[in-house]
Amino acid sequence: MSEHSITTIPSTPRLTDSALALIGCLVAVVLLFILAGPAAYAADKEYRHVAVAEPYLELRSGPGKGYPVFHVIDRGESVDIIKQRTDWYLVRNDRDIEGWVNRAEMELTLQPDGEQLSFQLSTQEEFTNAKWELGLLAGDFGGANSISLYGGYSLNPNVSIEAWGSQILGNSSNGWMASVNVVHEAWPDWRVSPFLTLGAGVIRTEPKSTIVQGEDRTDQLGHVGAGIRFYAGRRFILRAEFKSYVVFTSRDENEEVEEWKVGFGYFF
Amino acid sequence: MESRFRVLFLIVAMIGLSGCAATKNLFGFGPDETPPPMAEGPGQVVDPEVERREIKEARIDRENWEVGVFGGIMSVEDWQSNVSYGARLAYHLTEGFFVEGTVGRTETGKTSFEILSGGAELLTDDERILTYYNVNVGYNILPGEVFIGEGRAFNTNVYLIAGMGSTRFAGDDRFTVNFGAGYRFLMNDWMALHIDFRDHLFDIDVLGEEKTAHNLEGHLGFTMFF
Repeated sequence: MSEHSITTIPSTPRLTDSALALIGCLVAVVLLFILAGPAAYAADKEYRHVAVAEPYLELRSGPGKGYPVFHVIDRGESVDIIKQRTDWYLVRNDRDIEGWVNRAEMELTLQPDGEQLSFQLSTQEEFTNAKWELGLLAGDFGGANSISLYGGYSLNPNVSIEAWGSQILGNSSNGWMASVNVVHEAWPDWRVSPFLTLGAGVIRTEPKSTIVQGEDRTDQLGHVGAGIRFYAGRRFILRAEFKSYVVFTSRDENEEVEEWKVGFGYFF
Repeated sequence: MESRFRVLFLIVAMIGLSGCAATKNLFGFGPDETPPPMAEGPGQVVDPEVERREIKEARIDRENWEVGVFGGIMSVEDWQSNVSYGARLAYHLTEGFFVEGTVGRTETGKTSFEILSGGAELLTDDERILTYYNVNVGYNILPGEVFIGEGRAFNTNVYLIAGMGSTRFAGDDRFTVNFGAGYRFLMNDWMALHIDFRDHLFDIDVLGEEKTAHNLEGHLGFTMFF
């Protein structure tokens, strides 16, 4: 058993250091918010001012359907919109009473010039034309578990380029993979939009520490794939795909790996 | 080696061609598609001077992100319970659903075997440090309010989370599934306290045979919406 500790991969400190650095950064950000946040908020911010056009506007005690209505603002009165969280808006009236109003009611209020408010909502059209996309998928990579993060940039509605980073966690080995690929969507205006993809990258394989033989190696790879993007509403898409990889190993034979994964993305 | 270059070249060529073929207007090279001139409507006498002003959501302070830190205790199966700490970032999709990413770390102790045998060390000091990340989907299953005294009410949520990630422990990265429940107590519009209980499951074979280890973690956290 004592052999085990000798044959382990010695790269542990690097990751723990980076994890620590990440935590450190987040703590710093949090502290910054605590110190600077209230001051920034206190600065006289100009809030959007709207008038109640319907017979009344119901203020709830929290941003959710279940929270009770505790105050009603009559027609003609006006409110400031302080902030938004998901589909709820925190508003404040002249007497400093604050409460949450849902989007549907908020859209019935009027601006000072008498125009109705219109909140720009994301639509399927934006899904088709969005430039940037970020997402996370998980699935199976040749029998191992894979977790992937990707970022994409749309050159036009049909074609986009994507960069992927994946962690692969298997029974006998682990690994990292980075790849770049081109995605082609034939019908980008469909709500369920199928796509084809083609790309190349590198994969690093690290045999598990309990396996004595085997060494770390880095190989190039190429892949083809197909999948679907489904517009789930707002700025979210659900995505499922299959990719077939050819890993150009330094051995006599190339290795072929099949991968499928599902996940979600966010476009902006 | 030669075949590798050939395949790579083919891939590069295919990427290039598929990109070019599908993107007539890419980089503005394609034929200009000027829209046909609008026919003048004969019936339009008065030009409506209504200018529809759209409120861009960006002009209202959107607070869907939640960031924070936590600290607590994590029990790593066979390796004792120790102090754990970490950070979290969440994005609220709707009033019910959110997605969340967490990173955490704990320094584990010794197994009973290591203590009883008096000196046999199974892991090095570095390998005893457990770090994890995971990505979860959460749902606010019990939103509510609590009252402190007569004049104070605070919003709260009991939520469930489940997700997956990776744990680095005993020299390997291990695929990890985790699930749990938490309680969010909002002190005001943008600050919250959390109490969380989670179970991290991963396979480990350091003690002779492969088994799925349950690693329970309980922690207290502080977050802010932005």
